[in-house]
Amino acid sequence: MREELLAIIERNSRIDLKELAVLLGTEEAMIANELADMEREGIICGYHTMVDWEKTSKEKVSALIEVRVTPQRGQGFDSIAERIYKYPEVQSVYLISGSYDLMVILEGRTLREVASFVSDKLSALDSVLSVATHFILKKYKDHGTVLDKKKEDEREMITP
Amino acid sequence: MRNPLAEKVVAIKPSGIRKFFDIASEMKDAISLGVGEPDFDTPWHIRDEGIYSLEKGKTFYTSNAGLKELREEIANYIYRKQGIRYEHPLKEILVTVGGSEAIDIGFRAMINPGDEVLIPQPSFVSYEPCAVMAGAVPVIINLKAENEFRLTARELEEAITEKTKILVLPFPNNPTGAIMERKDLEEIAEVIIKHDIYVMSDEIYAELSYKEKHVSIAQIPGMKERTILINGFSKAFAMTGWRLGYACGPEPIIEQMIKIHQFAIMCAPTTSQYAAMEALRNGDEDVAEMCTAYNQRRRYLVHCFKEMGLECFEPYGAFYIFPCIKEFGMSSDEFAMKFLEEERVAVVPGNAFGDCGEGYLRISYASSLENLRTAMAKLARFVEKLRRER
Repeated sequence: MREELLAIIERNSRIDLKELAVLLGTEEAMIANELADMEREGIICGYHTMVDWEKTSKEKVSALIEVRVTPQRGQGFDSIAERIYKYPEVQSVYLISGSYDLMVILEGRTLREVASFVSDKLSALDSVLSVATHFILKKYKDHGTVLDKKKEDEREMITP
Repeated sequence: MRNPLAEKVVAIKPSGIRKFFDIASEMKDAISLGVGEPDFDTPWHIRDEGIYSLEKGKTFYTSNAGLKELREEIANYIYRKQGIRYEHPLKEILVTVGGSEAIDIGFRAMINPGDEVLIPQPSFVSYEPCAVMAGAVPVIINLKAENEFRLTARELEEAITEKTKILVLPFPNNPTGAIMERKDLEEIAEVIIKHDIYVMSDEIYAELSYKEKHVSIAQIPGMKERTILINGFSKAFAMTGWRLGYACGPEPIIEQMIKIHQFAIMCAPTTSQYAAMEALRNGDEDVAEMCTAYNQRRRYLVHCFKEMGLECFEPYGAFYIFPCIKEFGMSSDEFAMKFLEEERVAVVPGNAFGDCGEGYLRISYASSLENLRTAMAKLARFVEKLRRER
């Protein structure tokens, strides 16, 4: 049941307990326990909301930054990743296989703000060998959700 | 001028859905729970394979009975899902234009004038007219709500005469959502074998079975050799518009069906056949995902009807639920029309699927949970109002 429950709330975390219980064919108390357990176990890490900031008046700039680093003896990439993710403007940090090591996703108010973070903070770290910054121009789909178009039902109204 | 029309065709009633369709489709803002096809798009990898086949120039006829590889994949699929082995897919499997074509040519290949075809109702609208056009005498078996709309051995026994040739077995059922479990099938198989009749088993909703894995009548010992198994890609893989189905059965019957298919159709759409191969090879996860979503919505509707106090047995198949509205003293048509006019939600009157569907509604849950929520709130309000008025 866990996986099915997670799949539902991953799409819609606002769905209430009663309806979850109906959808999964179980009791409300069961769902509440399951959710509490998974929060404790760190399986559920939060109940965030997906926002398309483009449609608001707030200015935001996002960038993907490829970072090559020197791993540290005994700690691999963990301590440098931690150095980087502590900055609040850093949204995500992933360890990546391939031609670079860390993928950093950054959010700032302006292009300048992002640029200065990259040059003043990120590049200045000792173990960072090189960075390549890619600004995001438009988000079409995020977290499995298409942001651009609303889907229309093209089926006939009544079919046998 | 002479009358240009064939009497046999003119005598066929137009589909009961048609009239309702014309009115509903004028209301663009209405929510429709009257749709008999999945709300999901065909999974992208399947569409992509269709597109790729076009890019490669696969734009010619295939062999009449369908691509050899596709028929082999179908045989594998049926073995994997149901354990039925069609050892000679090239002689025992025919790829058709939807399950509908298989129904039509199946009758035409087997019926002699005056043969009787048993059709349990409520059921899909095509069996009766197709049987009639093939020259059969349709004999309707009225399924009962108290049996959860399953076909019982007794009902079957009572309907059989010495002219009976074919039993149509439409489970999981459209419009009731009823299923037949193994024990139900074993009981009727005994009657079928005793009276030496054949079965046209329409299993187009086989993947959408929520209680246990779907059991085909062809799995019951002694039945495979007297069963035409019909299935297709429309419901399982959300591929209605691709128009692709298939029939599996004994070689002598399939051979005659191929003959009709060859002269009337030539072959099923080539692009669809390539896409279908991808569906069978790599589509299991998509099917499982859609099935999970349908099952959640099914539970939701069963719960809503219980709360409204609407009489309804719990359906375990397809994507329909079939509540009873007899308490309101209206016909299914009246109820559906009033509901559409007042609340702008379209459902299908149960009698569109046979006279014994009178007093019921077919509600399709091939619609998003958001739509279902809105529609159920409207239905609850509507039902409350009707009860107050009575």
